[in-house]
Amino acid sequence: MSTATDLDRPAAPPAFQEIGAGRKLRNRFATGLVWGAFLIALAPLVWLLITVLARGLEHVLNADWWSRSFAGLTSRQFGGGVYHAIIGTLFQGLICAVIAVPIAILVAVYLVEYGKGSRLANAVTFTVDILSGVPSIVAALFIYALWVTTLGFPRSAFAVSLALVLLMIPVVVRTTEELLKIVPDELREAAYALGIPKWKTIVKIVIPTALSGIITGISLAIARVMGETAPVLVLVGYTSYINFDPFNGSMASLPLLMTSERLTTNAIGEARVWGAAVTLILIITVFNLLGSLISRLTSLKTK
Amino acid sequence: MKTKRTASVLGIVAAGALVLSACGSDNNTAPASDNSGAPAPTATAPVECGGKEALQAEGSSAQKGAMEAFSAAYDAKCSGQKLSYTSSGSGAGIKQFNGGIVDIGGSDSALSKDKGEVDAAAQRCKGNPAWNLPLVFGPVAMPYKLEGVTDLTLTAEVAAKIFSGAVTKWNDPAIAGINSGATLPDKPITVIYRGGESGTTDNFQKYLKAGSKGAWTKDAGKVFNGGVGQGAEGSAGVADAVAAGDGAIGYVEWSYAQDKNLTSAKIDSGSGAVELTAESAAKAIAAAKIKGEGNDLVLDLDALYASNTAGAYPLVLATYEIVCSKGYDADTAKAVKAFLTVAATDGQATLADAGYVPLPNEFQAKLLTAIGAIA
Amino acid sequence: MSDFAKVGRPATRETGSRGSAPNTAPEATIPPNPPDSGPPPAAPKVVTRPGDRIFRTLTVGSGALIVVMIALIGVFLLIQAIPSLSGNQASFLFSRDWNADPAALAFGVLDLLLVTVFSSVFALLIAMPVSLGIALFLTQYAPKRLARPFGYIVDLLAAVPSIIYGLWGLYELAPALKPVSTWLNDTLGFIPIFATGSSNLAIGQTIFTAGIVLAVMLLPIITAITREVFDRTPSTQIEGALALGATKWEVVRTTVLPFGRAGYISASMLGLGRALGETIAVMIILASTSQHFGFSLFDGGDTIASKIARAASEFNDPRGAGAYIAAGLVLFVLTFIVNAFARYIISGHKEYE
Repeated sequence: MSTATDLDRPAAPPAFQEIGAGRKLRNRFATGLVWGAFLIALAPLVWLLITVLARGLEHVLNADWWSRSFAGLTSRQFGGGVYHAIIGTLFQGLICAVIAVPIAILVAVYLVEYGKGSRLANAVTFTVDILSGVPSIVAALFIYALWVTTLGFPRSAFAVSLALVLLMIPVVVRTTEELLKIVPDELREAAYALGIPKWKTIVKIVIPTALSGIITGISLAIARVMGETAPVLVLVGYTSYINFDPFNGSMASLPLLMTSERLTTNAIGEARVWGAAVTLILIITVFNLLGSLISRLTSLKTK
Repeated sequence: MKTKRTASVLGIVAAGALVLSACGSDNNTAPASDNSGAPAPTATAPVECGGKEALQAEGSSAQKGAMEAFSAAYDAKCSGQKLSYTSSGSGAGIKQFNGGIVDIGGSDSALSKDKGEVDAAAQRCKGNPAWNLPLVFGPVAMPYKLEGVTDLTLTAEVAAKIFSGAVTKWNDPAIAGINSGATLPDKPITVIYRGGESGTTDNFQKYLKAGSKGAWTKDAGKVFNGGVGQGAEGSAGVADAVAAGDGAIGYVEWSYAQDKNLTSAKIDSGSGAVELTAESAAKAIAAAKIKGEGNDLVLDLDALYASNTAGAYPLVLATYEIVCSKGYDADTAKAVKAFLTVAATDGQATLADAGYVPLPNEFQAKLLTAIGAIA
Repeated sequence: MSDFAKVGRPATRETGSRGSAPNTAPEATIPPNPPDSGPPPAAPKVVTRPGDRIFRTLTVGSGALIVVMIALIGVFLLIQAIPSLSGNQASFLFSRDWNADPAALAFGVLDLLLVTVFSSVFALLIAMPVSLGIALFLTQYAPKRLARPFGYIVDLLAAVPSIIYGLWGLYELAPALKPVSTWLNDTLGFIPIFATGSSNLAIGQTIFTAGIVLAVMLLPIITAITREVFDRTPSTQIEGALALGATKWEVVRTTVLPFGRAGYISASMLGLGRALGETIAVMIILASTSQHFGFSLFDGGDTIASKIARAASEFNDPRGAGAYIAAGLVLFVLTFIVNAFARYIISGHKEYE
């Protein structure tokens, strides 16, 4: 603590000193770059959405599009709709979810509640990471080799769902694991202190606490899985008729319809492709919103 | 309280599912199509509707438009019966048929003995031979995009040189020699070929081999062997690519070139330049001979490709429907017969619209005999 | 997670100072063990209810199922590929030609591998700086209230299916890139990567276009993970830098970036894995070609994934299909290595937990 009384200079240095010009310039430059990066990210997104909407929206805006299939129409005739493809996409996604979600939640529960630090848990975490990096075409190949070649079943929508299960499990495991970790330990300990068995604690207390996030994660995963094209290319055939049977016969789906209608060069083929693109994006958006809606309805009211 | 919440959520989902599953239909009224008066075969035959409700067919994309026309006619004639066609290429069509996965295979080339396809098909048909029935005839155009050139003539020889990389520029003397009067620019030629296995490629290479007097030294086959150029996905991809690049030339079914408003090269097979029209193609088809035995109606296209009939456009392909002569179960056999009969009669009427050439009368008669013999 | 089966110990009374054993009272009342009682009494038995056992088995079983599944994938693909590999007349790893005709198998994966790696690395090189910028923007530069909606918008890029990216790339981006490609080829054509390749750049179905579309697809992945990592920068470090008078950029340069470097690299590796496996967008955009890969951005070709997808309809013959499955195995191994490397990079970094 200086006690010198020197009245020629101010007692303390000025609070805010000027920053050198070079530093200021670098700072401004960096800020500009960073803002620029964000705009670069926006540009393709906006461009893509505008393209899809501009080319496809008009075809989607009539009731026929949503309620009819392309049955009985050739690829040179306007009319009809993509009902058969919408049904197919939803079916495949939901069958996949029915199989994948219970398995994924159980795996996440294992990782968080039972298996901390054990060798199996390490192996499982590692494997889930690997599974999340498996390309969709490899998953489709595997299901083809297993389901069609070895077990002899025909190509069907169910085979597609199996391939989608492989793609959906890691996503749901990851999100559920994160959410279960966030549930505070005090809740669990309070339950144990009251004598509730472990499994009941998990099922009735831990999972419901995390439920809203889990549901959001599931709906996001379903939305992602419905847009996968590689499995439908390999594992099912295309038909322009409505087919409700996932085990037999061909079933249309939006990505498969787009791939197949791309083979037509005329205005009608283009209309169908882009209309289907708009439909797919709409359905994915609806699922995302539905997920947040349901999660908000089921979330436990806090405060 | 929690049950009320869960129940309400489940209720919403169930209601949504019910509404969704109830509100769709396959009922489409096709817009009235005007048949442009192209000659269609005149014979009719009785059709016995019934049997397997959902037939599966797969194969050549060249006949996709035709199969759709047939399928629509089938739907109209036998309500409730349908046929689904996946156009994944001739190679896939044969493989899926031999594998028992589809009921009818669509292929631009007949089953090949050398590749074991004939035997595999016989095995699929429980020991009975499979028949190749040509129901669709379509010309193959050579569209090109070249600024300032609207009239281009090619011979099979020059085409072979272009598609094998021997000629790489548009103003090459080989091309200029047969196009006196056109000013050809000094641009590189971009060859667009069909990627993957395609019956169109097979027929095109067969044409080049048969008609080019030795200028095409590669094999024929479903995979493009020219060794030059870039591949495109499906016929639509070829047409799109040719339309997009100045200096590009490719080979594609006529309907696709028409859809994209592409100019196609005229073919001079020795008797003058012939433009591709319905008449010139029909003239070539009428001269085609059958080399298969009995009801197996395999065509001898090599002779056609090497011919030089005046006014005939020789680059035509035929798509076969590959079916079992016997060996289907009763339901499938009935449905297949019904479908093929409709295809050979009512279905031919709308083919001209879609860029195909309807069956000549003699062919139709032979086809109906063969179809009738399917058991 | 301690084992709470042994509930029942009486609550100990808190005394003033920690550590002193509050046993004095109970010790007086618990009678010492009789000297001739044999072994000490066993610990109280753990009660496991059947519900617990069943549930535990279910979860362990699910975990084991996942591990088995991955092993199965590897084993299955290998089994299906071996007959074709043994019948292969060309060297699988080094031949550049691909002929999967079952009668004359002669397939080599080298060309496919080169195109796959080249296009993915190109996409990564474009995506890495841009995602770094976006992540910094969202965590440090954006106004606080807008950071979440902006982040959501960037995440929207991940929601678009890859087939739509492919269609957009082919029909919109490729024609739009024509002037850029032509300029690059004309002025910089002496550099091998900008030399004229096997795909006509006026049509635009080149690795250049495909790489840019891939880069757009990678942006949300790399950004999301990097964002999380940057968010975890200890605020004490940031505030310390600010207290020392650093500008915003200097704060970022000295605290956020060094802290998040490992996470950023790991995120980029994950993005690379994704690019290696991308199938449909590449299949739609990239034109196949009969010439060998010439290391030019304006080449066409096939990646492993797009080659398999193109041949998808021809899988009936097991020998032919086996060739594609062998290529798929190579891709599987490649993405495995890249993902394992990504995990390895952040394995020591406890601060990311």
